Amino acid sequence: MAIGKLVRRLAELIAVLIVVSFGTFMLVSLMDADPAVTILGEGHSEEEYAAVRADLGLDDSLVVRYGSWLGAALTGDLGSSVVPPYSDVMERIAAALPVSVELAVLGMGMALLLSIPLAMWSAYHAGGRVDRIVSAGTFGVLSVPSFLAGLVIIMVFANQLGWFPRAEWVRLSESVGGNLYHAFLPALTIALAETAMFTRILRNDLITTLREDFILSARAKGMGTVHILFSDALRPSSFSLMTLLGIGLGRLIGSTVIVEYLFALPGMGSLVIGAANTGDFTMVQGAVLIIAVIYVVTNALIDVSYGYLDPRIRRAHV
Amino acid sequence: MSELAELPKNSTATAASTPAPRPGRPRGDGPALWQGLLPVITGVAGFVLAILLLRGTGWAQAGAVLAAFVLVYIGLANLGRHRFGPSFDLTMWLCLIWVVVLVGAAILAPLLPLGEHEDIAATIGNPVMARPDPLSVYPLGTNNLGLDLLARLIYGARASLVVSVGAVLIGMVIGGAIGIAAGYFRKATDTVAGILSNSLLAVPPLILLIALATVLEPSLRNIAFALSLLALPSMIRMARASTLSFSQREFVTAGRAMGASNLRLMARELLPNVLLPLASYAMVIVSVLIVAEASLSFLGLGIQAPDPSWGNMIAEGEGGAFEQHPHIVLVPGIVLFLTVYSFNVLGEKARKRFDSRQAKL
Repeated sequence: MAIGKLVRRLAELIAVLIVVSFGTFMLVSLMDADPAVTILGEGHSEEEYAAVRADLGLDDSLVVRYGSWLGAALTGDLGSSVVPPYSDVMERIAAALPVSVELAVLGMGMALLLSIPLAMWSAYHAGGRVDRIVSAGTFGVLSVPSFLAGLVIIMVFANQLGWFPRAEWVRLSESVGGNLYHAFLPALTIALAETAMFTRILRNDLITTLREDFILSARAKGMGTVHILFSDALRPSSFSLMTLLGIGLGRLIGSTVIVEYLFALPGMGSLVIGAANTGDFTMVQGAVLIIAVIYVVTNALIDVSYGYLDPRIRRAHV
Repeated sequence: MSELAELPKNSTATAASTPAPRPGRPRGDGPALWQGLLPVITGVAGFVLAILLLRGTGWAQAGAVLAAFVLVYIGLANLGRHRFGPSFDLTMWLCLIWVVVLVGAAILAPLLPLGEHEDIAATIGNPVMARPDPLSVYPLGTNNLGLDLLARLIYGARASLVVSVGAVLIGMVIGGAIGIAAGYFRKATDTVAGILSNSLLAVPPLILLIALATVLEPSLRNIAFALSLLALPSMIRMARASTLSFSQREFVTAGRAMGASNLRLMARELLPNVLLPLASYAMVIVSVLIVAEASLSFLGLGIQAPDPSWGNMIAEGEGGAFEQHPHIVLVPGIVLFLTVYSFNVLGEKARKRFDSRQAKL
């Protein structure tokens, strides 16, 4: 039974990946401009353009082109950029991806660190002054686009106060401290919206959990409030949060992209935006494909991991 | 505090002996009239004084205006509770007014007496980077080319709203149709719709937009098309879920027993029931799409300058301009925030009220 469900999930995953890769591949055909003109520039002879088109395989049938593109992509060959310096797409992505992953993980970690105590305080004093301020505040923060929050954070902390640098990046391999110092403001920008979202979800679940009998019995046994909150209430309240980690991953990637652009960090976001501005469609295709695969697979993993976290789900569905 | 706690008790006690109070009237447990009027009057006076006396002081004036707004808000909230009872929600009304004013201004933009919003040639003699001053001809200031920020905001609202609302409508029509079909036919249709919406969700929204912006010309039509792809998956899921909860109900079974065709059942029985939750969800989606469009324009991939959009107006503050002239970012930033916030508040209210699935949980 469990295997059957897993197989079904896997089949769905593969179907989604095929549709996404086909959509990514078809991006070029949406282009108003001729790809050959984009590559060569204006003012070449018709024969030269035709040669480039043949070189790109644009004369073959759609299925043949998709097949060869996907085949190359599966072996790690995403082609090379169509604008100078014609760098290898896979190489550029391999260099940029760790930066983005680090930023996203740091932002997420910071958000969890901030939101768990906030949510606990709000839930424990539900309806109180702090709870109401937190509720209104998180709702407000959710309405601030990340590029706006980032600009204000840069202005206050980097320009006015001068505490943190901007537009510099130290790789993790060079210096751990320097890396964290340079990643702080970008991660904070990413964490803002995530914190607001996490706090709201966790607070609601915690309020439900705190009404349960086992909390009452823990209290009757004389457990302290902090102990009850952390070791009894937190785990059963964290399932909506887990779902949200999956759904919110898209937003997280979006804000990482924006933040990289704002702070001029050499991650996937800067890569994609730079490529989009120059019309470098092979680079964009490659980046979109990689991001989509990471996103889909992570979500599937979160889905599967539920059963291991919550025995009730394991019994109910499997 | 103790007085407040006493009051309701008294009023219920007297209610038993005296005739029932007039409906819609407060029962004396709300704030008194003066608690509303006093802050409103001081707030308005403070606002006028701040505008007149603190002219040209920059942050001091902004702070005073903000304080005046807070006072007016507190006063109005008290007045509302005094008149309509404790459930009066001032924030929601203010959000509604904001959206109505914004939409009205956007529609009537060519008729309003506004400054120049995009023709650089017409603003050669104008002051550059003028600070916001409600008493001057540039109430919200000017940008680095002397263009009037208020006019740019309103024309930017036009572009933002046309694109986002258009995208939501496209998403609602197509997504609603697919979702209803998926929820009604189940089986293969459902699987295909599921794979379609999951595939659209598989690419993070902003990445999808950037990818489309790479290959499409940044025209309003193309941006609306790209944004509608973001609205589509949630619309499909929403319509499907609502359809599932309705398709087993008696009125559908009755319709089928009377020999109604599938198409008729979907269009006449299911659609009217699915439409309301879908429309209330559309409000929340609009705010998401406004942010998405603003982000895209901020990155230089959406609406292109000199055509104004809130995103590219905020982008003008990049590279040092923000530091010396904070209003370049803050004016469009605050308007963007207020708009997104308003749509969120209204959407949340509408969703709580009309989403049948929520009510059942």
